[in-house]
Amino acid sequence: MRKAIVSAVILAVFVFYSILHAHSAPVAVVPTPVAGTRSTASSTTPTQVPTGATPTPHATQTSGSKYKDGTYTGSVADAQWGLVQVEAIIQNGKITDVKFLQYPNDRSRSIEINSIADPQLVSEAIQAQSANVAIVTGATDTSDAFIQSLSDALSQAQA
Amino acid sequence: MKQLQLLMGMPITVEIVDPGVTEAGIEQVFAYFRTVDETFSTYKEHSEISKINRGELAEAEYSEDMKTILTLSEQTRQETNGYFNIRHKGKLDPSGIVKGWAILQAAKLLKDAGWRNFYIDAGGDIQMAGYKDGKPWRVGIRNPFNRDEIVKVLQLTDRGVATSGTAIRGQHIYNPHRPRTPLRDIMSLTVIGPDIYEADRFATAAFAMGKEGIFFIEQLPGFEGYMIDASACATFTTGFERHVVQDDSTH
Repeated sequence: MRKAIVSAVILAVFVFYSILHAHSAPVAVVPTPVAGTRSTASSTTPTQVPTGATPTPHATQTSGSKYKDGTYTGSVADAQWGLVQVEAIIQNGKITDVKFLQYPNDRSRSIEINSIADPQLVSEAIQAQSANVAIVTGATDTSDAFIQSLSDALSQAQA
Repeated sequence: MKQLQLLMGMPITVEIVDPGVTEAGIEQVFAYFRTVDETFSTYKEHSEISKINRGELAEAEYSEDMKTILTLSEQTRQETNGYFNIRHKGKLDPSGIVKGWAILQAAKLLKDAGWRNFYIDAGGDIQMAGYKDGKPWRVGIRNPFNRDEIVKVLQLTDRGVATSGTAIRGQHIYNPHRPRTPLRDIMSLTVIGPDIYEADRFATAAFAMGKEGIFFIEQLPGFEGYMIDASACATFTTGFERHVVQDDSTH
């Protein structure tokens, strides 16, 4: 009786093992057909190859992050209505917060930055272009003081 | 031939590249902008708009241009769900629509005079016509964080491109649905439209919508947009890249 139980257990273990093995076997085989599909992808319909037509959410085009992590204090800049000074906080190479250390109105404020715009449209980190152009489109009424202080903070953060 | 003058509180540049261009040809654009300024400047005490704001003119006495601008402003207000509104604190300030409209009228003056290849740039809002050296006009989008840099180069002809930008206070653009909340999360929104009037008015309205603005542009047929937010991240409409020149480092 005990032998029967032992052999039943051994049998059960064996069956369990073979089932496990049978299940794991296709998994182990999977890379081969996939690799095969990829190698013949040129002659068949390419699958999962990102194309320009497929909007990639937040396809950041940075070649390595531009900024070093840390907190950077910008210069004090004179706006017409008072002084402006900002602090930029960089995490994982991205600006996560911009705080007003000096703001003419009242106490300091902070901008909540939502880095994800929307999955429907493509986003990228802006990149300076080397080409020279004679005509430039830009805002006429930006606050130079804010931009001056923030640019100063960001230049310190530049890797 | 290219000339620049400071008018209406901004630099205005006109370049005509057709053969036989004369200074007088360009001067008519500047002369036109001066008359527009005389009518619509809220800074000029004797302008028509100042008289209207002081209650000195009856509607029947409005000039044709004024009636046109008020009609276009109301039309734009409706098309933008109230985001474009020239009425602020009981006064009319149509500067948000006058600029694009005036550039387009000036471009029509040049076309009527027979010029085919030119551009008019008023404070960064531009109408292009024809070509330069057989190629579309090249227009850079300014980096809102660094005025000396451009972040995109566009290739455009017979179109208008306008950029609306932020200012923490003293800004011309505010969200009429939340007038007390400053617009700070978007640095600039550039809109390419069928002409500068269309591009400018929708850039202004879409900018007032904050982060939603780019989606407003996305659903407008014939318009493309490039929005730069405060984290130096840009979001652009699906057809925008058709107008972009790849950075080839030439010149």
